[in-house]
Amino acid sequence: MKKNKFLVAVLALPLALAACTSTSSSSDSSSAAAPAEGSAAATAAASAAPAAGGEGYGYNIAVVTHGGAGDAFWSVVKAGAEKAGADLGDNVQYQSDGDPQKQAQLIDAAVSQGVQGLVVSMANPDALKDSIAKATAAGIPVITINAGGDKSKEFGAMNHIGQDEAVAGNAVGAKMAEAGAKNVICVIQEAGNVALETRCQGVTDGLGGTVENLQVDNNDLTGAQATIKSKLQADPSIDGVVTLGGQMAAVAAAAVEEAGSSAKVGTFDVNSDVTALIKDGKVLFAVDQQPYLQGYMGVDLMTLYLSNANTLGGGLPVLTGPSFVTPENVDQISELAVAGTR
Amino acid sequence: MGAVSATADERVAKVSVFRRLLMKPELGAVIGAILIFLFFSFLSPVFHSAAGIANWLDPASTIGIMAVAVAMLMIGGHFDLSAGVQIGSAGLIVGILTTHFHLFIWASIAVSLVVVLAIGAFNGYLVVRTGLPSFIITLATFLMLQGLNLGLTKLIINTVQVGGIREEPGYDSAKAVFASQFTLFGQEFQITILWWILWTALATWILMHTRFGNWTFATGGDRNASRNVGVPVKSTTIKLFMIVSAAAWFVGTTEALRLGSMQANAGFGRELIFIVAAVIGGCLLTGGYGSAIGAAIGALIFGMTSQGIVYAGWDSDWFKFFLGAMLLLAVLSNEYVRRRAATQKKG
Repeated sequence: MKKNKFLVAVLALPLALAACTSTSSSSDSSSAAAPAEGSAAATAAASAAPAAGGEGYGYNIAVVTHGGAGDAFWSVVKAGAEKAGADLGDNVQYQSDGDPQKQAQLIDAAVSQGVQGLVVSMANPDALKDSIAKATAAGIPVITINAGGDKSKEFGAMNHIGQDEAVAGNAVGAKMAEAGAKNVICVIQEAGNVALETRCQGVTDGLGGTVENLQVDNNDLTGAQATIKSKLQADPSIDGVVTLGGQMAAVAAAAVEEAGSSAKVGTFDVNSDVTALIKDGKVLFAVDQQPYLQGYMGVDLMTLYLSNANTLGGGLPVLTGPSFVTPENVDQISELAVAGTR
Repeated sequence: MGAVSATADERVAKVSVFRRLLMKPELGAVIGAILIFLFFSFLSPVFHSAAGIANWLDPASTIGIMAVAVAMLMIGGHFDLSAGVQIGSAGLIVGILTTHFHLFIWASIAVSLVVVLAIGAFNGYLVVRTGLPSFIITLATFLMLQGLNLGLTKLIINTVQVGGIREEPGYDSAKAVFASQFTLFGQEFQITILWWILWTALATWILMHTRFGNWTFATGGDRNASRNVGVPVKSTTIKLFMIVSAAAWFVGTTEALRLGSMQANAGFGRELIFIVAAVIGGCLLTGGYGSAIGAAIGALIFGMTSQGIVYAGWDSDWFKFFLGAMLLLAVLSNEYVRRRAATQKKG
């Protein structure tokens, strides 16, 4: 709860800044559009001195994530990062690749391009270790977001902004137990992602019953639906399904219905389909780790550090979740999900 | 190669039913499918219950519709690595046109067909025009489409997931055709299973009983020789690519209507599964040999295995390993049977 207050304070900051910058909106919008033009614009702006609030900060900040192309979640992170760039007048370059090797190369490219700040998600921290070391060696401050919080400090990053997967998983397990579930399957849609395994482990700890993991393919949703259905048919005592990504919740809800099972579905991450399912009562709840906030705050905190040497969190990760989407607050959030910011 | 390719003489000659059976490319796959069915039935009673069968026929049907078309193309001597992504393209077009531009759903489906057929024609045209391996050409379209699916989707609707197809007018009628369920023996089955059977029958008829089918076998068997005897190799090839695209359109539309939404990353990486299914079903990677029924059974094997592993309750961390091992077994038994059949035929 203490952290929540913290978050509110942090949230208020960019709003105040945005209010400041909006007075000179014409120059702001031009610099916000710059990142689309790529490296040429970036280097040109790099020589500009960090300007005072009125004209925007003009920092070059690279946001390099592991989000797969076409992933709904990461498009929200990107939207957040770009909005922060626009609000603060920074040049934000967002790039992503799900392959750790390629992500490392993207970081290297950003470093050699001379960005002033680096915001990175670390799904596979060890693969990025060298690249991040290069960045810190070059004097570029690094903030990690979303995944890789436990390695963040070790790699020399300033702080980590994200959801602690174990904490969130624990909360989900507790919520499922509250709903009466005892035998739960945890659907993993991306093999080898440490964060997803940690979530399922957290669910196990929080539930206090049995949790079994089920691996499915995120790019083949009808196949995933059949697999979940198979599991429900094979073991009728399953009374809960936890999914780890928005789109999989819709698939699991359909599988539960088709299998004639009474299992409750709870999910991580929110999108417009999930909010509709929560309204219909087909999904019990969704954990929102507020990806928009991760993108936004990554850029925002970086800007605060570059301009005012501020850091946040006192060496502990800044948590953006779990916040729950339930039938009570779903209406408001669904409007925002349609707009692509939740 | 070409042992079974239907020249007029062979077809007219009287061959015993048994021997004709042995000569079929799909025989090995049939036996593999029976073995896998028995194997998983033994491990789990749910597997051979009506509910279980309905459930593993479901993924088998979508893979099967694609595999049958991919098999035709492979018989014609080509690959299409963009087949998986085209599923995504087709579904996204349907989704975006209906939910964003509020086009009537059937019109969107028609537009989607036209666009995806154009992609197939583009693939085919490039392959015949450049003479480059289809592997390379379609790898390029695969990558381009991957980018287009994401880039255009985000450009138009500013998110990567098209939702809300269910609320659009005409959805119910479209769903009835593409994504509804039918009841048989008190169990609900996906309608795609019927479409799968229909596609397989149609493809088999085309391959075995039409001139286009003969041209397909000839083109895949020996392109130059076919050209010399007057087979329209180029148009046959282009049409084969378009058939794969038509199948991708069908499956993509099915998925968009069934899920009520479509992700921009849908279909990536599935193209290999279709090729695998076709190969299990007796298609040669070199072309000129294979069957649509075989590919359909290859898809069946894939569907049974992927769901059977879950029914058997094996640790899902090992899922892909088991899947690969089962497929290897299926292919090996397939190969063994085919070789036996070939020697018996001579003897």
